[in-house]
Amino acid sequence: MNWPLVPQQIATGILNGGIIALIALGIVLIFKSSEVFNFAQGQLVMLGAYVTWWFTGGSESGAEIFNLPLWAAVLLAIIVMAFVGLFIERLALRPMTGQPLLSIVLMTLGLAAFLDGLTALTFGIEPKNNFPAPFSPSDVFRIPFPGAFNDTIILKKTLVAAFIVAVLAMVAFMLFFRLTRTGLAMRATAEDHELARSVGIKVPHIFGLSWAIAGIIATLGGVLLASQVGVSLSLSTVVLIAFPAVLLGGLDSFPGAIVGGIIVGLVAALAQASKVIEVRNAAEIAPYILLLIVLVIRPEGLFGQKRIERI
Amino acid sequence: MGILRPAGDFDRDYKQDMAVIRKRWQWLAVGLGLLVTFTAPLWGNAYIVSTANRLAYFIIAIQGLNILTGYSGQISLGQAAFMLVGGYISALVVTYAGLSMFIALPVAALGAGVVGLIFGLPSLRVKGFYLAMATLAAQIIIPWLTRHSFKELLGGSSGRIDVPVPTLGSIEFNEVTEYFYISMVVLLITTLLVLNISRTRLGRAFVSVRDNDLAAELLGVNLFSYKLRAFFIAAMLAGVAGALKAHSQRAVGTELGYGLTESILMLGMLVIGGLGSNLGPFLGAVVVILLEDLANLIGSQAALAFPEYAPRMLTSFRPIFFGLVLMIFLIFEPRGLAHRWQLIKAAWRLRPFSR
Repeated sequence: MNWPLVPQQIATGILNGGIIALIALGIVLIFKSSEVFNFAQGQLVMLGAYVTWWFTGGSESGAEIFNLPLWAAVLLAIIVMAFVGLFIERLALRPMTGQPLLSIVLMTLGLAAFLDGLTALTFGIEPKNNFPAPFSPSDVFRIPFPGAFNDTIILKKTLVAAFIVAVLAMVAFMLFFRLTRTGLAMRATAEDHELARSVGIKVPHIFGLSWAIAGIIATLGGVLLASQVGVSLSLSTVVLIAFPAVLLGGLDSFPGAIVGGIIVGLVAALAQASKVIEVRNAAEIAPYILLLIVLVIRPEGLFGQKRIERI
Repeated sequence: MGILRPAGDFDRDYKQDMAVIRKRWQWLAVGLGLLVTFTAPLWGNAYIVSTANRLAYFIIAIQGLNILTGYSGQISLGQAAFMLVGGYISALVVTYAGLSMFIALPVAALGAGVVGLIFGLPSLRVKGFYLAMATLAAQIIIPWLTRHSFKELLGGSSGRIDVPVPTLGSIEFNEVTEYFYISMVVLLITTLLVLNISRTRLGRAFVSVRDNDLAAELLGVNLFSYKLRAFFIAAMLAGVAGALKAHSQRAVGTELGYGLTESILMLGMLVIGGLGSNLGPFLGAVVVILLEDLANLIGSQAALAFPEYAPRMLTSFRPIFFGLVLMIFLIFEPRGLAHRWQLIKAAWRLRPFSR
């Protein structure tokens, strides 16, 4: 373990983990309300980033129509992606209610493939390098930390900003879920569809709403990710890292998704701080090894509920 | 759906009841089919033969997936990774041990089966969706391992090694048409294998695990043992398929079509063809491969029509078509084409009372 690097990696890991946590939150939201694991969340994140990019005038053809500052583009993209989430739920997932697990899994996988192709067709396959970032990549905070490499921790301002936005989004989301009537309805639906229906909650509406909100969260996550690594088709594979985060924290737990995301970010970053080159190379699969360990030791995750099969 | 037979068509002894091919015309049909298949290089063009080669290794892998997902009900997202293992083992055996491909194939099958066994171990602790995530982890970890370990053997960061031309004594299978015969013979063997599994105790145990594992356990079916067996057989067939693919492409590597995309493609082929049926892998593979070629065709035409959008046209139609067709099948025909074929046959037999 390369100790001078550790404080830096812990800091970067937590900041990255915040973005992963936000994406994981979207997956958990859909799972909690409809028991569907959304394998297509990565594609929604990517699509959200692309739509935002388009609204900022990134593409030459789009720039003639829209050329908005980042905050306005994000707002517009959020509205668009909320509708996209609604459409997806209505057209693709509604017919899947009551179907066996394999059908639902394959539906979201097919959706993922379809969205991949659609994004490539609409926006092109080359990575875009003109995503507007609030700070330039060399804008950094230098925090003095005795014992670290060069006795400082370097944090990119874009990363810190992204982390703050992610935290604010997660807090807003949790508040919505806890304090509003709609949030209460969603929690009730997550517990028991039948009972929720019997007290008058329109369960299909809740499904649509949860997919719409997941689309919004995905867009935010996509924007934050794109501010770090740019807009490209590989965003959907980057999000693959959120799946172990979800399982680590527990499929049906929001705090679990947040904690899982941060842990995954930490683990991937700390692997980079090792002296052993094999471990450094393993940073990309470290979340998956963690996933396997979690599945063997505690399948329901840190905060999840144990699935009890009743006859 | 039970098998409806016309009046007068009944079995006179147990052997007849158990037979796969019961009537004389069925023997004729099988013979004719084999004749047509094995003389395809003579009457078919290059496209048909090379597509048949591609179909062969896909169908074998999907037959394996059918045992695991269709018969035993365990979702696996890692079939392409096991193909990769089989391909590498076969390539290494031929290159370094100097053995012929026909000895390397069973070795590759065994090796891939063992790897599948290892990644099936979580089935002791988890089931259903969580097991699917374990196979997803396998699909990510195995290609990474081939790129980052044993670099001299496995090609290192390029992740690719070359495979020599398959030989049998002095015969070199250099041409696509010559390789076609290997593919078809192996496909025949695996089809017979899978057909037999589905008709015996093993197959019935698998189905019981899928339908109600609690009841199966109560009846004495050791769940863990049978799930492991299913993983082994599925990975073994994937290994055979991977070895075939490696030898036909003359190279094997992580970028050559052994990724998560291919795993999902194979799952989709299985579902479109029909889970849990022996005809399913054939139908599904044919439909999806033809669809892919159609998408390529449309893509290239669109690239010609819109040259400034050529790159995106060439690559994006495949996933769009596949995703759309898969989703449509899941909504309207979730039991697959094989089930639709059964319904058609039943409607024909029941005519004019079919509706």
